[in-house]
Amino acid sequence: MSFLPLADVEINNETQPFWDGLRNNTLLLPRCTSCTSVVWYPRAHCPVCFSTELKWEEMSGRGTIYSYSIVAKGNGRWKESGPYVVAYIELAEGPRILTNIVGVAPSEVQINMPVTAVFDSGDDARVLLRFTSVSSS
Amino acid sequence: MSVRGKAFIAGAYEHPLRTIPNKTVQQVHAEVAAGALADAGLSFSDIDAYFCAGDAPGFGALSMAEYLGLQLTHIDNTETGGSSYLLHVQHAAEAIAAGHCHVALITLAGLPRSSGTGIGGAGRFGSAPEISFENFFGLSIVAGYAMAARRHMYEFGTTSEQLAEIKVAAASHAQHNPNAFLQNAVTVEEVLQSKMVADPLHMLDCCVVTDGGGALVVVSPEVARKLSRQSVPVLGTGFAVKHVNNGRIDLTHTGAVVSGPRAFAEAGLTPSDIRYASIYDSFTITVLTTLEDLGFCEKGKGGEFVSNGGLQAPFGKLPFNTDGGGLCNNHPSNRGGITKVIEAVRQLRNEAHPAVQVPNCQFALAHGTGGNLATRMGSATLILGQEV
Repeated sequence: MSFLPLADVEINNETQPFWDGLRNNTLLLPRCTSCTSVVWYPRAHCPVCFSTELKWEEMSGRGTIYSYSIVAKGNGRWKESGPYVVAYIELAEGPRILTNIVGVAPSEVQINMPVTAVFDSGDDARVLLRFTSVSSS
Repeated sequence: MSVRGKAFIAGAYEHPLRTIPNKTVQQVHAEVAAGALADAGLSFSDIDAYFCAGDAPGFGALSMAEYLGLQLTHIDNTETGGSSYLLHVQHAAEAIAAGHCHVALITLAGLPRSSGTGIGGAGRFGSAPEISFENFFGLSIVAGYAMAARRHMYEFGTTSEQLAEIKVAAASHAQHNPNAFLQNAVTVEEVLQSKMVADPLHMLDCCVVTDGGGALVVVSPEVARKLSRQSVPVLGTGFAVKHVNNGRIDLTHTGAVVSGPRAFAEAGLTPSDIRYASIYDSFTITVLTTLEDLGFCEKGKGGEFVSNGGLQAPFGKLPFNTDGGGLCNNHPSNRGGITKVIEAVRQLRNEAHPAVQVPNCQFALAHGTGGNLATRMGSATLILGQEV
């Protein structure tokens, strides 16, 4: 979908379902069965009420942009990727998630812009959760 | 337990160089330690407590205690990024008040210029649990602060011109500092015309990358009384952690909303008592948000507060960073914390450059912001005085 670098993320027993979900084009996050909080980032306990009774649940993948920056020139593997957009999106279910906005000209990105999840993958099963404008999806 | 008046900063020293080739990091730690001890009129053999953070090599305080040859009853490796050294002052004051030590040494040193690591060496992410959810999106350090700036602009109408005023004030002070990395005055227009690094932050909204370091010596009242040098009492201390909070982060405030009131309460003072403030200035937005959070102005009014020379010494509303700060003078090891305390001590001793010395500087504040405005930070506030 985008031309931004993918990465070798660190997958562990706490986060495996999240990454498996992305590979199946679904956004799965843990929801606390005790206080109902959606947990971000995924982990084995609820950081709000400390319960360890969590259930993986599919999210809408919809949200709005909370804030963003257009990075002129990145570092390392991102050196040639600029300009690109780093953003916090606020997922409909609550969490604010760090991501990239792709598939839309950086100059058109705005706070409150409705966005939807993009499961950005490469040939090698690596996948990242990015977002694009609802109107360009 | 309050630490008000129970510990004094007796020695403060900033390495004079901003590029230090052909030296090791531990060597620079030793040089600034010697400088601060000489300033206090003490020697290495007087030290019984040592504090350092993530910039120290190897096993931190253990490695450094051995390297320096210290015999210690107390050590502390607390690591909160650039605010570590202000928190070390608090911890030193607590340890001294508890009777665990009498002469505490705090050092910072780093060589990001000479080693070629630049700002890229600023993050030590290792196996942090958040890494796979943050670090693979091209999130540069500047981009994080840029998102905080963008949200502040959106909620409060803050402008790039207002952020630029902060750099203009810092640069006007740096002109008087012969050791400053950047010694030239700049205008708002020059800031706005400098290269956009991560929109809305320009090159001149960012701090400098320098080699260097600094050290502080914190002592008990009994030790302070025996020294001929003017010691600066620690009157108030406050610390807070602000993190992403299960994805419910608010980018428009810092941990200073908690650390500030704690420090003021301990000191028995209010923001209007402060004559000089060292405000952590990794980026211009860091200063603006922190000033609001510490209560120097209403939330959202930081832009107005810094305009029209509000931060310029000696006669602005709140003279800040009279050494030129991290924006112009020095940000050794990509961490501006210790230099914030050092310049506050200079002001309280009436030893700042005469062009920027605040008259009758009875109370000063120093604030550190470690980590990143966009994710997690340790916020540390110190209130220092001339006498208890």
